[in-house]
Amino acid sequence: MVDENKKNQIHVFNVENLNAWYSDHHVLKNINMYVQDKKSTALIGPSGCGKSTFLRCLNRMNDLIPEFRHEGVIKHKGSDIYGADVDPIDIRRTIGMVFQRPNPFPKSIYDNIIYGLTIFGEKNKTKLDQVVEESLKKAALWDEVKDKLHESALKLSGGQQQRLCIARAIAVSPDVILFDEPCSALDPIATSKIEDLITELKDEYTVVIVTHNMQQAARVSDFTGFFMLGELVEFNETQKIFTSPSNKLTEDYITGRFG
Amino acid sequence: MMIHGTVEQNKRVDKAFRFVAIGATSIGLLALSALLIDILVDGLMRISWDFLTNFPSRKAERAGIYAAIMGTLWIMGLTALFSFPLGVGAGIYLEEYGKKGRFSKIIEINISNLAGVPSIIYGLLGLGIFVRALELDRSILSGALTLTLLILPIIITATRESLKAIPNSIREASLALGATKWQTIWRQILPIATPGILTGGILALSRAIGETAPLVAVGALAYIAFIPESVMDEFTVLPIQIFNWIARPQKEFAINAAAAIIVLLAITLIMNSIAIYLRHKFQKRYKW
Repeated sequence: MVDENKKNQIHVFNVENLNAWYSDHHVLKNINMYVQDKKSTALIGPSGCGKSTFLRCLNRMNDLIPEFRHEGVIKHKGSDIYGADVDPIDIRRTIGMVFQRPNPFPKSIYDNIIYGLTIFGEKNKTKLDQVVEESLKKAALWDEVKDKLHESALKLSGGQQQRLCIARAIAVSPDVILFDEPCSALDPIATSKIEDLITELKDEYTVVIVTHNMQQAARVSDFTGFFMLGELVEFNETQKIFTSPSNKLTEDYITGRFG
Repeated sequence: MMIHGTVEQNKRVDKAFRFVAIGATSIGLLALSALLIDILVDGLMRISWDFLTNFPSRKAERAGIYAAIMGTLWIMGLTALFSFPLGVGAGIYLEEYGKKGRFSKIIEINISNLAGVPSIIYGLLGLGIFVRALELDRSILSGALTLTLLILPIIITATRESLKAIPNSIREASLALGATKWQTIWRQILPIATPGILTGGILALSRAIGETAPLVAVGALAYIAFIPESVMDEFTVLPIQIFNWIARPQKEFAINAAAAIIVLLAITLIMNSIAIYLRHKFQKRYKW
């Protein structure tokens, strides 16, 4: 594992002894890990291993599931995101999320992007225009849609919709962007565009990405965590995980012996 | 040979079933058109400006449905005003806020059952609560509140169904951007659910517009020679006027009743057309 010194520093996320349950089902077992600033961290593992649940702990999306329960601490830049005085709304604003399937609102491209700002009362048209352009540029979508900003987002292709969702997340200027298998519903070309984008985004944002595609993890991430049956089997620099894993299970998984 | 015989038999059964289905459809259509034609033949000639703007009278040829139309409009307007916010609010609570569990299942089943309770029961409830206990008398307000109770289950169910049809990914998208639950509902969910809610609501209102029994129970009158000016006025509505005329022995009043039925059918038809139009229009807009 990564040396203990780093573990004890304050990072974007420090996860300590995290356990989680859906009703009686123990889905995360004693997870200890950290996520470094402006790096991209991939979470891999077979289906049902808990990686998505873990990701959704990081922005408290699991709060929406009544059966969900957790123990342990997740600190975002040193402060507990599940603390008593913390509002999940503030957490989700600083920690953005992109989902498995593109989920644009059935509105115009423009309205999709500005939604996050307008819910916090931003009305200045110049400012909104500016954010729309910036976000779409960062999401590598501007050139494709600049002439049809007021057309329905649902007319875009799947890959474009997913980049729109990324732009929408960027628009509220978050710290972290969480990606929950963002390419699983996309074709290979759209996938490679999203991957390029993720590699660029980590210059400015901290990225955590869940993926079932190991090549993808190898391509886009600096750190990789391998989950199995709710446990974090191994966590290390991506390069090390893929070249010299220290755990036999990790090795079996990345060489395709199961999963 | 054997196989060929089976195929022939299958084809015969197929043909026979086709005729049964056509027969079933025709019986329904025939009955309906007979009814419509009968009413149109009887009443169409009677419809005139005078008929629409006259008050009821003892003389059939001078009687009109002005008071009944105005009463129906008052009642429907108030019923819509009461039932939409209550029904939609309850639907939103049950679907978006309420915890899903055994309790919510029980509520759901009960609401469905309420939609099937005979309307006279609601009339008696209205009589007990609004007319007597709250002392609203035989007013428009009593009538509208009673009809509100009657159609509330339908609107709640329509609201819930419309909300249920919206993919959860839309809620997640909004919440993940830091929106509150209410912002999510108000700005994303309700606009998408509106056509469904409106369609259900209008269909509920067109059920209410034909209701007679509950309004008789709360004391609607047949003979009203004035236009209601406030919600506390007494009132009559089209179905009651029709019922009253049908009950009279003179042929002329039966003709009046037929004419009033045509007017009532026309209003219902217009309301249903609006519902269909809205559904069609919004369905195009929100296609996933």
